[in-house]
Amino acid sequence: MDDLLSEFLTETSESLAVLDVELVKLEQDPNDQGILSNIFRLVHTIKGTCGFLGLPRLEAVAHAGENVLGKFRDGELEVTPQAVTLILQCLDRIKDILSVLEATEAEPEGDDAELIAQLNMMADGQMPEAGSTAPAGPSADEASDPAPEADDGPVMNDFGFPVAAELLEEVEAAEAAGVKAASAEQIAAEMAAELAAETAAPEPPKTEPRPAPAAVPARVATPPAVSKPSQPVTADEGVPKESSVAAQSIRVNVDLLENLMTLVSELVLTRNQLLQMVRNRDDSEFTVPLQRLSHITTDLQEGVMKTRMQPIGNAWAKLPRIVRDLAVEMNKKIDLQMIGAETELDRQVLELIKDPLTHMVRNSADHGLEDTPGRIDAGKPEVGRILLKAFHEGGYIIIEIADDGRGINIDRVRAKAVSNGLATESEIDSLSDQQIQQFIFKAGFSTAEKVTSVSGRGVGMDVVRTNIEKIGGTIELRSTEGSGSTFIIKIPLTLAIVSALIVESGGERFAIPQLSVLELVRASNDSSHRIERIHNSPVLRLRDRLLPLVTLSKILGLEDAGPDDPGVDGASGDDRFIVVSQVGATTFGIIVDRVFDTEEIVVKPVAPILRHITLFSGNTILGDGSVIMILDPNGIASELGEASSDRADDDVKQKTIEVADQKTSLLVFRADNKKLKAVPLALVARLEEIDLSTVEYGDDRPVVQYRGQLMPLVNFDGSGDLAAEGKVPVLVFTDRNKSMGLVVEEIVDIVEDHLKIELEGDDTALLGSAIISGKSTDVIDASFYLTKAFGDWFAHRDDAEQQAVNGRVLLVDDSPFFRNLLSPLLSVSGFRAVVAESAEAAISILENDAEFDAVVSDIEMPGMNGFEFAETMKSDQRWSRLPIIALSSRTSEADFERGRRVGFSDYVAKDDRESLIDVLRATISSAGVAR
Amino acid sequence: MSQTLPAHRSGTEIESVGTTRQYVTMTIADQLFGIPVLTVQDVLGPQKITRVPLSPPEVAGSLNLRGRVVTAVNMRRRLSLPPQTTDSDSMSIVVELGGELYSLIIDEVGEVLSLNDSIFERNPGTLDQRWREVAAGVYRLDKELMVVLDVTRVLDISNIAA
Repeated sequence: MDDLLSEFLTETSESLAVLDVELVKLEQDPNDQGILSNIFRLVHTIKGTCGFLGLPRLEAVAHAGENVLGKFRDGELEVTPQAVTLILQCLDRIKDILSVLEATEAEPEGDDAELIAQLNMMADGQMPEAGSTAPAGPSADEASDPAPEADDGPVMNDFGFPVAAELLEEVEAAEAAGVKAASAEQIAAEMAAELAAETAAPEPPKTEPRPAPAAVPARVATPPAVSKPSQPVTADEGVPKESSVAAQSIRVNVDLLENLMTLVSELVLTRNQLLQMVRNRDDSEFTVPLQRLSHITTDLQEGVMKTRMQPIGNAWAKLPRIVRDLAVEMNKKIDLQMIGAETELDRQVLELIKDPLTHMVRNSADHGLEDTPGRIDAGKPEVGRILLKAFHEGGYIIIEIADDGRGINIDRVRAKAVSNGLATESEIDSLSDQQIQQFIFKAGFSTAEKVTSVSGRGVGMDVVRTNIEKIGGTIELRSTEGSGSTFIIKIPLTLAIVSALIVESGGERFAIPQLSVLELVRASNDSSHRIERIHNSPVLRLRDRLLPLVTLSKILGLEDAGPDDPGVDGASGDDRFIVVSQVGATTFGIIVDRVFDTEEIVVKPVAPILRHITLFSGNTILGDGSVIMILDPNGIASELGEASSDRADDDVKQKTIEVADQKTSLLVFRADNKKLKAVPLALVARLEEIDLSTVEYGDDRPVVQYRGQLMPLVNFDGSGDLAAEGKVPVLVFTDRNKSMGLVVEEIVDIVEDHLKIELEGDDTALLGSAIISGKSTDVIDASFYLTKAFGDWFAHRDDAEQQAVNGRVLLVDDSPFFRNLLSPLLSVSGFRAVVAESAEAAISILENDAEFDAVVSDIEMPGMNGFEFAETMKSDQRWSRLPIIALSSRTSEADFERGRRVGFSDYVAKDDRESLIDVLRATISSAGVAR
Repeated sequence: MSQTLPAHRSGTEIESVGTTRQYVTMTIADQLFGIPVLTVQDVLGPQKITRVPLSPPEVAGSLNLRGRVVTAVNMRRRLSLPPQTTDSDSMSIVVELGGELYSLIIDEVGEVLSLNDSIFERNPGTLDQRWREVAAGVYRLDKELMVVLDVTRVLDISNIAA
């Protein structure tokens, strides 16, 4: 039976039972407004629902009853026993109709005119004769049939039955006319009709109109009333049976179910605990009863789980209508097929996927399918097909949404991704089609050419993905251009009980949901799996790939509790476990100290005061009774991103270090026999093309007149040897009115990418190589060329600049990249820079030599961080007056504030080298005045 | 019937002026505190508490109370008091707020007192800011003063973290 209808029947039966009681009460106490308004409300609800479901006969009766009750309520009519009798009669009629409705899913035909007339008379203040209402019987008078469906339905013969032959014709006609849009409803209606036929099997005529629903595509909410002959209501008249649908189900408060669920969960946990105890003994007398208890508990758990389960069809109920409306609006022909509507999943999950699903089906209908001419041109059948499929697979429910439309247009996605700034062209070129398709899940992406009323309203696939990931699910896209797209959603059956891996880190145990665990790797120094470190980032070689690692105790702030950071020098301690996890497309490893069992855990939400901690998705109670936190892999993954920005570690794909999480603009050029090279764009002042014939030589060094000055040129190999003529591209580095030109072969592109540098120290001119836009590229060390040019340049010019030393600066930064970048910058700006690679090293330098004018320190450093360093300095008399400037990629207001509190005199963003120089000058000069 | 009820009620309270309320008393760092008796769900001895990393410092961790996860709040921390020096086992009082259970870790649980409104006073203006936030008022007992804790505000930890 149609869910809506059965729900209506259940609800109405309940209401009617209440009404009976209430009406009798009302008769006794006619002035009780509370009872009266309750009655009115109930009847009103019945009327409203009937209207909604398209049950005109019921609606009419209920409406007439409601009128009278309305007059009662407003005090216009007096509540008399006569009137109450009439209302009760009205209710009885409703019950009669309902009982037929329940058996046949259609309103019986009959004439309520008399009853309604009486009710109306009553409402008008005239007292009809009590008890004169005739029960409604089968009416042969077709003209007065209140069911409007009969008018456009098949022809009735004398007995009120549809004629099968004519129906058949109609089916054929309908098919010929291409009535396809409602095929899902047809199936549903057919099934419903069959069901009805079964229910009513003893009465042979009812089986006859079976084909009717197919002919008249039924609206979801409207059972094919036309197919039903008028029911001999008289049989049941006067003794309305209690609705059997209503008797089969009871309404239970959801809270009660949740409570039961919790109790069962506890039972499961206790059972697990007992099992664990018995497992340790070989022959225990408890073994057998415990086994039994175990089975019963499992059954009970399943049973209770079932109470929360609902068929996914509930979430689909609205879709046929949506698709139909869409088809009309967009002038498309769409056939929506739904397979597996009976697949059950947790109520909670169902609610959460309803909207994403609706959105995706809409998307398929709107963007996915071509319009009819388009389909014909493409040589496809006129009717577009959307297939919705749900099935169970190993603890998960898989939902597929497939269409046979145009598929994802790779070129358009590509263009859109570039124009929306999601990727650069060179990045795009290096991606596979599959990867490019994934862009549709990114925020701010819609390939629809025009915004229709249907899609393109800003709610994109990114929202869908977010919603699905929120419930621990995944979404995948497979698309072939020209032949359609398929979305595959995988979600857990329930959110209440999950299988989780229990791990230990920093002396505490945590649960990691099994869904996100790919594998476990045991790492130790002497095995093939060894945790290696690049700079401070732990990585693991795993099947020819480098896996970025996070240390759980570190991100949880439990660092002091466990032996975590063995230092920069080498591989970490032995025998660690790595939980390889996947969130979306990111794969990473979580380093934990120990791995225990997999346990079924009951997810409990964390207390509101702890809800801000994104690393936890909940907590649970283990078999041994202890509370443990459940880690949220999504939270860890986002921590991973943060870590790469803050600590320049962790997010490592190749053997690389991450310099900043923000993408760095890189200038890519060719030099040294067409090899790809790159330099951070921020260091390059201008790109010039210089005619080599204008190059002059001073002291055997090539110089060129440039903006009224002589600019030294340096060839890429560091030499001054240049060709005699021709034009060459030159990268101009400028600082403090001094410029130098680096001669290269060709300027290729400017790309935005994460600068991940693989350190290779052997060539001083290179910082190392990095993968930029998927190609291995050497990142040049600009400082090498800067010192090369300026060092020589100054040497030939009497060291004029260097004499004017602005001050002596101690630069503390753990990143060799920044040290190498900043120290030449400082020196060309007239500062003498001494570098230290850690706060500890800086302190030991200060111990020996405190003659500095300022300290510039990074914040995120292994060991003592910048804040602690500043505190240490400020608390030491010797250096407390030394200004210290923070240099960090963390530039939030809170960080500034914290920096100021611990004694930093200023706070400069890492990429803002100009302010660094300005701030240094200001700080040193003001400190100088103070001194 | 509706008229006889108030008369009956006043009959039982002939001796008291004003309303009497019952409090569970407790001591934290030698100061007497009270919590309305009806808000108290449980009184616990020392418990095994699981630390919650990254939580506010006031949160001691989570514990399992008959299958429910209870968040433990260290009241000394909450009141900016130094940690307990003696080794005596701390106790806790379990309260419910918004359907969640919280356990307030205190030094010791005292008796239940019935206190008359006539000896109740609002917070003295000189009270420390952090204490004023969580105190609903003070009862003048014969020997000492009892501070009434406002559980809602005690557990509004996100507020102080900000």
